[in-house]
Amino acid sequence: MPFWAEITVSVFLIIAGLFGLVGSFGLIKLPDAMTRLHAPTKATTLGVGGTLLASMVFFYATQGRISTHELLIALFLFLTSPISALFIAKVHLHQRETPDALPTPHEGTGWASFTAEGPARGVRDFPPVEDETPAKTETSRPA
Amino acid sequence: MITFALTFAIACFSLGLLMNLWRVVMGPNKSDRILALDTMAINAIALLVLLGIWQGTAIYFEVSMLFALVGFVSTVSYCRFLLRGDIIE
Repeated sequence: MPFWAEITVSVFLIIAGLFGLVGSFGLIKLPDAMTRLHAPTKATTLGVGGTLLASMVFFYATQGRISTHELLIALFLFLTSPISALFIAKVHLHQRETPDALPTPHEGTGWASFTAEGPARGVRDFPPVEDETPAKTETSRPA
Repeated sequence: MITFALTFAIACFSLGLLMNLWRVVMGPNKSDRILALDTMAINAIALLVLLGIWQGTAIYFEVSMLFALVGFVSTVSYCRFLLRGDIIE
């Protein structure tokens, strides 16, 4: 294996290990659930991306072919990590928070997670949220 | 040099796996446990890729792809079960 490949693979591996450790440490260190959501979904995904880059460089240097499996795995992980973060945040919102405890959005239309189809079925029963949408005037939009 | 870096990375991800296990056991809410399980799946993918580098074979990529798929589907289905009381409506 050439020397530049060893340097590159080692640097990628060490960066990836540090990022993975920071992500998992943040999962046990941060104080409440919504802040805890940040550490694994960002840092650990980046750590896995680092190992995949190291693997690409390693197999290119040792076997002389560019493998695309890593790109597939990285693409899949980077696509699915925000989706699972969104679902976990929705579970937290529906199980631990009430609509009154949340900050009011800027437009005054309420949170879409609570007003779209009502609260989660079979988990907790929230009182129905009144429709507070102000009537849109035509003058607010420039002609 | 790669051996040292590989050992360091494997140690980091294994320690992270133990931290996630602590959060799964001690987590106060259900959302924390789901998040910790999702992170465990991601750390397991990283360990599989590192094992592939260690042994110099490419047969672990299919395993990690399956781990990524099953981890994502299990996370989403668990969340959906908690949100709607049903998975496929």
